[in-house]
Amino acid sequence: MNNTTQSATEIEETGRYVSADNAIAVKGLRKSFKKLTVLNGIDLCVKRGTVLALLGPNGAGKTTTIRILSTLLLPDGGQALIRGFDVVREANKVRSLIGLTGQYAAVDEYLTGEENLHMIGRLYRLSHQNIKQRTQELLELFDLMEASARTVKTYSGGMRRRLDLAVSLIAAPPIIFLDEPTTGLDPPSRLIMWDIIEQLVAAGTTILLTTQDMDEADRLADKIVVIDGGRIIAEGTSDELKQRVGSERLEITIAEASSFETAKRVIDGEGLHLDSKTRTLSLATKGGVHQLKQVLSRLDEAGVEVENVSFRRPTLDDVFLTLTGHTTTTTEQSNGQRQKKVVEV
Amino acid sequence: MTIPSSSSFITANNVQTEKHSKVFWALSDSWVLAKRSIKHITRNLDQLFAVALFPIMFFLLFRYVFGGAIDTGDLSYANFLVAGILVQMLAFGANYTTLNLAIDLQRGIVDRFRSLPMASSAVLVGHVGADLFRNTISALIVLGVSFLVGFQPVAGPVEWMLVLGLAILFSLAISWLSAIMGLLVKSMEAAQWTGFIIIFPLTFVSSAFVPTDTMPEALRLFAENQPLTQVIEAIRAWLVGTPVGDSGWLGFAWCVGIIIVAMPVATWLFRRQALR
Repeated sequence: MNNTTQSATEIEETGRYVSADNAIAVKGLRKSFKKLTVLNGIDLCVKRGTVLALLGPNGAGKTTTIRILSTLLLPDGGQALIRGFDVVREANKVRSLIGLTGQYAAVDEYLTGEENLHMIGRLYRLSHQNIKQRTQELLELFDLMEASARTVKTYSGGMRRRLDLAVSLIAAPPIIFLDEPTTGLDPPSRLIMWDIIEQLVAAGTTILLTTQDMDEADRLADKIVVIDGGRIIAEGTSDELKQRVGSERLEITIAEASSFETAKRVIDGEGLHLDSKTRTLSLATKGGVHQLKQVLSRLDEAGVEVENVSFRRPTLDDVFLTLTGHTTTTTEQSNGQRQKKVVEV
Repeated sequence: MTIPSSSSFITANNVQTEKHSKVFWALSDSWVLAKRSIKHITRNLDQLFAVALFPIMFFLLFRYVFGGAIDTGDLSYANFLVAGILVQMLAFGANYTTLNLAIDLQRGIVDRFRSLPMASSAVLVGHVGADLFRNTISALIVLGVSFLVGFQPVAGPVEWMLVLGLAILFSLAISWLSAIMGLLVKSMEAAQWTGFIIIFPLTFVSSAFVPTDTMPEALRLFAENQPLTQVIEAIRAWLVGTPVGDSGWLGFAWCVGIIIVAMPVATWLFRRQALR
């Protein structure tokens, strides 16, 4: 993308990329654990007040990127600047600008919700007076007022994640990292989380989030970066990605395995995905009835019996199949060990 | 739940940070995290009871089961035993730093702490401080029980102060060593048994439960010169009036030495470990 190249050049030229426009600027980020390359040259650029979603399967390098940007991990190469401050050399400066909400709620189980907020507020160097006031505000806003005096042990999963995010916001950091913020949440809690994230952005916060969910990226992100095997394989707005994948997928299941080849030949077109085991073909569509009619009549003419027809939203798998020619599950397998290694280290 | 778009929760001008020196914040951070760990103790009393009950059980077993068969000269066995039991209790109590640190590292809360503009060593200081708190309470309980089974100290105010000082230093020394263990172990299970395999032999091959002179030569040499024995001998001397010899200053020297070495090593390990 144009922006990335431009900012990347500026990092190189000035050594410190300070711009009123860019909250996060990353250039050529690399990281390996022992012999395993997890990040293989990542360039990112997030404008102030926007949301960038890192989309990718397990082991793609999403969490590693967030850990480096939030000063938890040292990169092997490349540079990452948060508001112009280097995450390695000026880690402490960076830490006062960021909030981090990880995949697992990093709140203290034996403390109450209120105590968690107080503790982190003080560690962010807020004044006692200010902490009290902000704690009340956040508890109210996140609907945790009633539970505020209870230990976190008694909280539900959704409440924990909400508290976790509230804790990250106690010092109102201008930049927030969200690592799979809705993974494992039930649909209502998920909608609440999305709502909170949208409010944050409306108030001017810059957000970098990771997700495995196309819908989530679609709803929240101004820009989506798809990564796989530690590399960026595509980036653009949700609309731009959809143009390549289709805003909806038409899925057709053939009745007889013997006519699968015929069906394939008849429908053949861009973005056609095949699964011979389930006798299913899926293709990118804008969801029009016209296209559906056309496809069905073509199959009918060729004497192919159709068992089932459906429209569905594109998934991460569709994105991957279109962009890389393989599904996330195959990546996940090869990266399964990668993930395991990371945990061991 | 509704969040008004214009709400103040995100506007930075609603946030007031305080300006203080680095030293002030290092102390403040340590205090904040020590308070956290102390709350863990008061809300999860199992740990406290385990730390106090174990030595009481040992105390009663040794006092009444083995005590009659152990020759401690003119000194009653109850009086002989108190110092050993106290030191063993402090050593086992400090092992909770290993366990709680391993738990923190596994749960990911350390990641949160490390993403904050705080002094990272405060995480360790917090756990070590909590050990001291837990050990103080356990020590009072153990001393209380010891009076019930025939402990008759001869210590004056100065001796009690010396006992207190050495006990605190010893607790800190073992806690910092435990912090290193907590940063090196790979699992919580390992964190639980490492303390036992190190502290059990050290407390038994010492003068905690029996006088060392009946031990085989090599064992006796080790037992008489290892740090636990020095600390035990010193505390025993001050409590019940046995000759103190070199144990007093040696006990202090061992503890201070261990702290001076273990503290920076643990802090370095913590930074390195977390960054990998």
